[in-house]
Amino acid sequence: MLGLQILIDGFAISSLYALGAIGFTLMFGVSGVLNLSHGAIMVVAAVVAWLFAGSYGAGPYGGALVGVLAGVVTAFATYLLVVRPIQTSRSIPGEEKEIFVLTGTLLWGIMLQEAVAYLFTNNPKTVRPLLPGVVNLLGVRTPTNEIVTAAISWAAIGLLWLLVNRTRTGKTLLAASINPRGLTLLGFELSRIYILVWAIYGVLAGLAGVLLGAFLGVSSDNAGTLTASAFSIVVLGGLGSVSGSLVAAYVVGYLETLTAYLISPSIRTVPVLLLLVVVVYLRPQGLLGRR
Amino acid sequence: MLKSPKFIATMVILVVMALLPLGVGGYILGLLTLAYYYGVIAMAWDLLFGFAGEVNFGPTFLVGTGAYTAAMLNHYAGWPIPVCLFVGAVAAVVGGAILAVPALRLSGPYFGLVTLVAVLLLQNFIVLFAGTTGGEIGLDIPDVLAIDAAPNYWYAFGFMVVSGGLLYGLANSPVGLILQASGQDAIEASALGFNVTKHKLAAFCVSALFSGLAGGMLIFYLGTVSVGTVVDLTIGVQVIIAAVLGGRRTILGAAIGSIFLIVAGEILRPLGQLSTFVVSAIALVVILFFPGGFLGILQRGEGRS
Repeated sequence: MLGLQILIDGFAISSLYALGAIGFTLMFGVSGVLNLSHGAIMVVAAVVAWLFAGSYGAGPYGGALVGVLAGVVTAFATYLLVVRPIQTSRSIPGEEKEIFVLTGTLLWGIMLQEAVAYLFTNNPKTVRPLLPGVVNLLGVRTPTNEIVTAAISWAAIGLLWLLVNRTRTGKTLLAASINPRGLTLLGFELSRIYILVWAIYGVLAGLAGVLLGAFLGVSSDNAGTLTASAFSIVVLGGLGSVSGSLVAAYVVGYLETLTAYLISPSIRTVPVLLLLVVVVYLRPQGLLGRR
Repeated sequence: MLKSPKFIATMVILVVMALLPLGVGGYILGLLTLAYYYGVIAMAWDLLFGFAGEVNFGPTFLVGTGAYTAAMLNHYAGWPIPVCLFVGAVAAVVGGAILAVPALRLSGPYFGLVTLVAVLLLQNFIVLFAGTTGGEIGLDIPDVLAIDAAPNYWYAFGFMVVSGGLLYGLANSPVGLILQASGQDAIEASALGFNVTKHKLAAFCVSALFSGLAGGMLIFYLGTVSVGTVVDLTIGVQVIIAAVLGGRRTILGAAIGSIFLIVAGEILRPLGQLSTFVVSAIALVVILFFPGGFLGILQRGEGRS
């Protein structure tokens, strides 16, 4: 019984982790940006969804939609206000752009987090679930919302897979991650590809934020932890490898759930951190990463 | 060098800072005391990042190791402060070496992540062994450096000036040049016959030494050690922001940056919760438009005139 419960809970939380991390890894793979405001963007999306679903009476679906939209808008703001100015700056030497993007997005994330805390306090907010109620899944009482979360996460991941592997636009994304210079030589405009990536990233991060808000509740204080967990999953799976991130998300999700159920919820994250250290030492490219 | 205007200006500023307790109240001295300790941590971080080219996301792992070692020795064994500080600094160097020896085989984001994870692990273990470490509430320390604000200020000031001098001297020595070369182009530096890993490891240990010592001094000033003051990730973020804001690869800029952060946070206190927002926004604008930081702005002005 407990085994089944761990299986179900672990699956739901893992699929959410996968959704949260996949945008992060896509962004790094295609445009080489490690976006440290990732968690803050998720928080913004969740809080906007909470606001519209609750206070403005848009209902759970309307709220979720506005929340995802807020994720996209915030992602574009990150790109236009922070990342792009650094990438195009002439006074920052090329080899130091990476650290400037890291510091810049870090500061931007803190600004978003503080703005949310100022406007809506840092109390945890729970977004109204899309489908309330509880179902009996093979004898385990499971909130319907948990199933919805897993289903939507996988639907989004599936759509992304179709987009990248089956459409012409998606293939340019893939090409940009392999050889950006080659792509420009073929006559593609890199900046347009980057805008597309940020749009996809915004949808993914926004969706992950809204689902997380409905599943566990979100507070502005979570922004840093969310970024750190996405970063860990992505490195565990291999930077830039989408399938690696999926595998890693499940490893992390199940390891955390197992620890929480079988040992103690208070050390939930410790085994994951230890595993991460071991993997990074023994196999720096991650589980499925390419060198 | 002794007659250069830059040197004279630095001396004048230092003398003014040293005489500050004669004319300024205890509250402001207390703020600056904190700023000076964090300034040393930021300078130690800049040696690693600006010169060795390694982004250490976990300066507080080194700080926390030094601080907690010193605190527990004082709390449980009752050892005198200098001994505790010494052992704490040694512990930070050992911890730093354990972290750095394997981590330096990695590069870029991977090195950064390992240092980040080290902080999270340290934090988890402190909370996990709350019985001995005091957990999230913290551990009180029987001994303090001094009771009055002025001596405390002078301890911190002296510590910052000496550390700053040593780190600046090291960064501008031949060893510092080799470090800088290793940071900018490791392959070329090793082709020239320099042992890159050895130099980076040495930089990490020096950085750990000063971070651990600063952590120890800080807790003997505060009279308590807690995760929130010496280990938490937000402290590490502040240190990184201070170093980049003041001007990376300058050592001294890191101290200026951390004094700015603490003073600006205080001036903006009437804004309440918004103060962090405004400080971050200022830092972001500086990074976007003046990537050289405060010292970079100064140097550019000098170049024009």
